[in-house]
Amino acid sequence: MATELALAAAIFAALCLYFVLAGADFGGGVWDLLARGPRAERQRAAVAHAIGPVWEANHVWLILVVVLLFSGFPPAFAALSVALHVPLTLFLLGVVLRGAAFAFRGFDATGDRAQLRWGRLFSVASTISPLLLGMVVGALASGRIRVARDGLVSGGFFAPWLTPFSLALGVFALALCAFLAATYLTVELERADPELAEDFRRRALGAGVLVGVAAFAALALAGQGAPRVREGLAARAWRWPFHAATGLAALLALASLVRRRYRRARAAAVAQTLLVLGGWAASQYPFLVVPDVTLASAAANPQTRVLLLVALAVGAPVLVPSLAVLFRVFKAARRA
Amino acid sequence: MDGLGYARAQMGLSLAFHIVFAAVGVALPLLLVMAELRWRRTRDEDYLELAKRLGKGTGILFAVGAVSGTVLSFELGLLWPRFMGTFGEAIGLPFALEGFAFFTEAIFLGIYLYGRGRVSERLHLFSALAVAVSGALSAFFVTLVNAFMNNPAGIVETSRSAALELEPLRAMWSPSWPYQTVHVLLASYQATAWAMVGIHAFFLLRDPRRALHRKALGIALPLACVAALVQPLSGDRSAKHVALAQPVKLAAAEGLARTTRAAPLRLGGWPDPATGEIRGALSIPGGLSFLAHGDPQAMVIGLDQTPPADRPPVVATREAFQVMVGSGTAMAGVAALAGACALRRRRRRARGEEAPWPRGLLVALVAASPLGFVALEAGWLVTEWGRQPWVVRGYLRTAEAVTSFPYKAAPFWLFTVVYLFLGAAVAYLLGKQIVAAHRAAGGARGH
Ligand code: HDD
Ligand code: HEM
Ligand code: HEM
Repeated sequence: MATELALAAAIFAALCLYFVLAGADFGGGVWDLLARGPRAERQRAAVAHAIGPVWEANHVWLILVVVLLFSGFPPAFAALSVALHVPLTLFLLGVVLRGAAFAFRGFDATGDRAQLRWGRLFSVASTISPLLLGMVVGALASGRIRVARDGLVSGGFFAPWLTPFSLALGVFALALCAFLAATYLTVELERADPELAEDFRRRALGAGVLVGVAAFAALALAGQGAPRVREGLAARAWRWPFHAATGLAALLALASLVRRRYRRARAAAVAQTLLVLGGWAASQYPFLVVPDVTLASAAANPQTRVLLLVALAVGAPVLVPSLAVLFRVFKAARRA
Repeated sequence: MDGLGYARAQMGLSLAFHIVFAAVGVALPLLLVMAELRWRRTRDEDYLELAKRLGKGTGILFAVGAVSGTVLSFELGLLWPRFMGTFGEAIGLPFALEGFAFFTEAIFLGIYLYGRGRVSERLHLFSALAVAVSGALSAFFVTLVNAFMNNPAGIVETSRSAALELEPLRAMWSPSWPYQTVHVLLASYQATAWAMVGIHAFFLLRDPRRALHRKALGIALPLACVAALVQPLSGDRSAKHVALAQPVKLAAAEGLARTTRAAPLRLGGWPDPATGEIRGALSIPGGLSFLAHGDPQAMVIGLDQTPPADRPPVVATREAFQVMVGSGTAMAGVAALAGACALRRRRRRARGEEAPWPRGLLVALVAASPLGFVALEAGWLVTEWGRQPWVVRGYLRTAEAVTSFPYKAAPFWLFTVVYLFLGAAVAYLLGKQIVAAHRAAGGARGH
């Protein structure tokens, strides 16, 4: 396989892991914000318990995406940093306040007003980042970011990402994060606290329906919001099986939630997310920024690409077992 | 300020903020491992207590380090797209390796912080050790990037539109790396250990018989003293290297206007850019030539060898250098004093006498304790200001690298407010916890 393709695949894999793992941490913040009813405090505690040990590790997938992007495809990183300065800055604001407030809340464990305020900041900040991430993806696909051969970026600093299509993708991403979080929580709480598991089951169902609605909205707006991608998609034969598989996974996830088959629901929700991301990547291929920056045009020199792949191959044997330990310790089914 | 000014200020502020947490992230896990090891060896509850408290602080300090570092990795592109677009592939390899170090760090930090009692004691200790090692590796790799910017290597040819011709392995190992990485790692241990020494010495002054603080001092003080005594040697090595590799940086750091034989070392004072003199300085004949080249007669290159447009800001660079070297010298002095006291204390204890730390020494330790972070910040300012007007020395100017995004003041103010807020929050929370822990332990145990 060509090295730029292999690198792109690695970036994509890291992005998928970021979404499936850290996305759910953001989704946890959403449920903290929306905690309601007599068990609100228990719901918040369950969210905190679930993300506490893992959020920093989950967050590093993003760093890996960024680092591989700027070293493997430097001009693409430069172009999108210029064009998407505003949404990326707001995304970062969410990342910073979410992480810091979560740590501060756990630290300030006195149950007083200060702790409540950190909690509020944590939950509000958690909703910012997925929303903006979705909007950034929408902008990348929109075709409105133009990059000249010398790297000059045009198209405006707001127009590419402030569109109905981008907004729909933002809502979609946010709903998907919330859906993943609630679904994971049902598995973790099933035995430890069935009442809470039931709460999150209902929330997962609600979020799952919202995911579907946002997906249809985005699809309907794509013709106007991302015409090139839409046309390219229409010309590709694989799109129907792909759409069908995504829809099936979504239905399976919802059906499993209805029937309280939480493990299966979790697997289906993850599959659904991966299919969505895969669909996006495939429809955008070979563009990194539609329509001017492609994998080939932005790729770093071949030597760097090979070395980056070597670095990945060397890093993985350290990373994978360590992650396995982390998740085995903290994500084994909780008992009461 | 113009747009470039805001971008510089934002970058500098973000880095100055991050580096505090990064240094703590390098060194605190090591102190934690030492406390854990003593707890395992002695089963003295004080060490467990200490490890728990350090762990608690590590939790929030790491979180802030992680999020501010994330901001930085985006800011490289948000503020300096041309730098990343052209040189991203040159600095990518060390950053990618750093990414793996972060991963290991974050994973084992999670296990350490949340795993006490849930994982085996051995895995728990191993986790702390893994955090300490990967923290040091993170700092090592990112410093390779900075060494490349200061003293680029492996660049065969650049042109704006074509891809960079470069040898990434040589770019990763700039000739400056052995100097910078050693100095940076030592600085991290030194700054953090002195801060910890300061806190415990302060409480010992108020309550001299508190066992916990004595034991904490016993852990932090040796590291602080060794680092403080070795660091000037490492700094001297760095300075000698800079004199050859980046002579204009040294000239700015010393405020040396004209190329001079037998150049004097001038301490204190304030450079006057108009005349090239330094007002009110104490002058040691031949001192600079000796320090820079090991020979009091040697020629030291001054600013005059560089066209004015390519010179770094002299006043700022020099005063920052003075602050670093002054702080380093002061800490080395206090460290030597502490070493002497420790020897005397050991002799008296061998004779079975009681041997508290002398009050005078504790006062000196408290007074010197912030200097580690002061020197750390100042040193980075020397490096970064002294490299101006270049991002990558000789290849890319800061003014060319900056983003075309027109509203640069907005993100600057945004992040300034965020960092002020986070800094205040961390200071408040840690302060509150330290005081509360001191009070709580005061009644229950210790004497
Ligand atoms: C605890 C902190 C600390 C202390 C006590 C010192 N330094 Fe330092 N110094 C740093 C922390 C630091 C640093 C970590 O902030 C820098 C910035 C970049 C680097 O490589 O290390 C630095 C840079 C730096 C440089 C520039 C290197 C470059 O740009 O390539 C020189 C020449 C020195 N130092 C020299 C000294 C001398 C002669 C010291 C004598 C006491 C000294 N430092 C003490
Ligand atoms: C490996 C570490 C570092 C890297 C890769 C790095 C990188 C950069 C880059 C790319 C810039 C913008 C271009 C330029 O102005 O030259 C910059 C500027 C700056 N950095 Fe660093 N930096 C590092 C460490 C630090 C630290 C720890 C500080 C802490 C004080 C710092 C302070 C500054 C300041 C003040 C500027 C603005 C300089 C000016 O324009 O006058 N840097 N750095
Ligand atoms: C432009 C320069 C820099 C960038 C882009 C950067 C990036 C980052 C990032 C993304 C993280 C978070 C990792 C995580 O999520 O766990 C981080 C943490 C860290 N960085 Fe930096 N960093 C820079 C400068 C520095 C410098 C100058 C040092 C030390 C000399 C340093 C040492 C560390 C360490 C030890 C950590 C982990 C400890 C902690 O999280 O507090 N970094 N950095």
